[in-house]
Amino acid sequence: MTQPAANCPNCGAKIVFRWSSSVQTVCEYCKSILVRTDIDLKKVGQVADLPPNSSPIQLGTEGVSHGHSFLVVGRIIYEYDQGTWNEWHLVMNDGSAWLSDAQDEYVVTFAAPGRKLPPGDHPQIGYRFTWDDETYTVTTITKAHYRGVDGELPFQYWDKQDVVFVDLMTTDGKFATLDYSDEAPVLYLGEAVEFDDLRLKNLRSFEGWS
Amino acid sequence: MSESGPNPPGTPQVKSLNCPGCGAALTLRSFSNAVTVVCHHCHSILDAQDPNLKILQAFDAAVGDSPLIPLGTRGTIRGTAYEVVGFQRRTIKVEGIPYSWHEYVLFNPYKGFRYLTEYNGHWNDTSLLRSIPTVNEYYSPPTVSYLGETYKHFQTAKAETSFVLGEFPWQVRVGEFATVTDYVSPPRVISSEASGEEITWSMGEYISGRDLWKAFGLKGDPPERVGVYENQPSPLSEETTKIWVEFAGFLVVLFLMLVGFFFIARNEQVMQGDYRFNTNTRGEASFVTDVFALGGRTSDLELTTHADVNNNWIYINYALINQDTGQAYDFGREVSYYYGSDSDGPWSEGSHEDSVAIPSVPPGNYYLRIEPESDFGRGTISYSVSAKRDVPQMGFYGLALLALLLPAGLITWRSINFEHLRWAESDHAPAGS
Repeated sequence: MTQPAANCPNCGAKIVFRWSSSVQTVCEYCKSILVRTDIDLKKVGQVADLPPNSSPIQLGTEGVSHGHSFLVVGRIIYEYDQGTWNEWHLVMNDGSAWLSDAQDEYVVTFAAPGRKLPPGDHPQIGYRFTWDDETYTVTTITKAHYRGVDGELPFQYWDKQDVVFVDLMTTDGKFATLDYSDEAPVLYLGEAVEFDDLRLKNLRSFEGWS
Repeated sequence: MSESGPNPPGTPQVKSLNCPGCGAALTLRSFSNAVTVVCHHCHSILDAQDPNLKILQAFDAAVGDSPLIPLGTRGTIRGTAYEVVGFQRRTIKVEGIPYSWHEYVLFNPYKGFRYLTEYNGHWNDTSLLRSIPTVNEYYSPPTVSYLGETYKHFQTAKAETSFVLGEFPWQVRVGEFATVTDYVSPPRVISSEASGEEITWSMGEYISGRDLWKAFGLKGDPPERVGVYENQPSPLSEETTKIWVEFAGFLVVLFLMLVGFFFIARNEQVMQGDYRFNTNTRGEASFVTDVFALGGRTSDLELTTHADVNNNWIYINYALINQDTGQAYDFGREVSYYYGSDSDGPWSEGSHEDSVAIPSVPPGNYYLRIEPESDFGRGTISYSVSAKRDVPQMGFYGLALLALLLPAGLITWRSINFEHLRWAESDHAPAGS
């Protein structure tokens, strides 16, 4: 999966893409946000200091979901009234998936284009939608603040401010998110997962915990 | 920065901070997952996400509680180590009387948060649900369905956060209210908590204080349980099922025995004699019968006395004597029959016949010694005595049935009583409780 190295246009450090389809990455050294163009890497921004984070997951963590192994290659960090949470970008089956980790509650989702989405503004708590024969109910509306990115992402994502996420659940563990960070909402479908079921490797360690 | 190399993510460490209110040293045990932290010294509620620990609220902790499981204690629940990081008391009012329970926030850096709740010595191990239950609010009582199981509505109450200590993964404030609704299916309880529009669902499972004390390595004894708790598993519900299953099993055995003995019973007449007793003569009226043989196995002997008594009685002293061994079975029987007529019409009392079974009579040669008694001077009473060998006795089966029914009935009654005590505390208490 590892691609030939390029160099950071800002500091000259070697940039290695772990996934060939990544559109954006962050230089590990100077924290420049770099976007791939046809010919080279372009610096589009700079990651400010990230908030303290105590997710056990990190770039390079491996695991298994939906019967396929995955590798964590990037993340988006959001801030909300319960602190911060991470959307970890997973590479699985040469495609993208997302592992969201909010206070160690884990959800794996996949972008689900082509479904009929609620028109206009985001729906309210209690509204119901049916996608892929599953009935989802809006349970949470999160007004979040974009806090930063790390690693590789499948799209450009660096100039955000306040974003709205609508979370939906079913009666049997399925999970959906409507992401209102762009003009057109994007639907992600997936499910809540148990930490042990993810069979994660290369996790962070915590002082005093083994 | 380019020379220094990439910053490794590092190992999160328990942060040591100082309370901006009183300067006391604080630790953040749940790392950056803590949203609010409460100073153990001055009880200021602090913003754990703020590097300066901004004070969010100060509250009067004069009526504070101390957690039974101290903050910082670690224990193992379902194979995972958890540390107690937070503690709160929540209070509801029912008819003006406050009732409080305690919630402990547990944390593991990989598995996240989990909760313990305690009320009157009853504990629940609680975690958030990852699916939403289906609420059937038009049922009476309302129910929720979750993963194929039905939970019955127990209580809805407005709970006030009345005391807090340590860390919370949410914005905690003293004095805030949430509507808490409990649905039970012992040993589990599903709770919904609504504040504003958002509803949080959690599931608790009843856990004994003793098990918890073991899991957390606590000294001493957990607090005594008071009363029956909403999702406390009935110690009898399993027993009730078990005992009725056993009862059914014994019933089959009993029935087979009955049928079996009915078929193998010989039910054979071994002697019969017609006698007369002249009550007008005084003196010894006793006599012995001819010898008769009792064959087969040791079994019962049914002795029937028939007497033509009308408004009269006869009492017979019997002795069944084994001619070979001299062993005697002494017993007495009375036959009496009275009749007449009064303002209610004709009446009668007693019978002309009496039967008695002598159990476990070994085979051998026997005779009867018969000594009749009655009132003097009432003429001659004709009576007959007959004996049947190996007669099936139904009375035994009746007694056995009763003996089996008694414990099953008792346990069932106690189980019903337990459920009555459970629901007496609910919103659906039966009238009069």
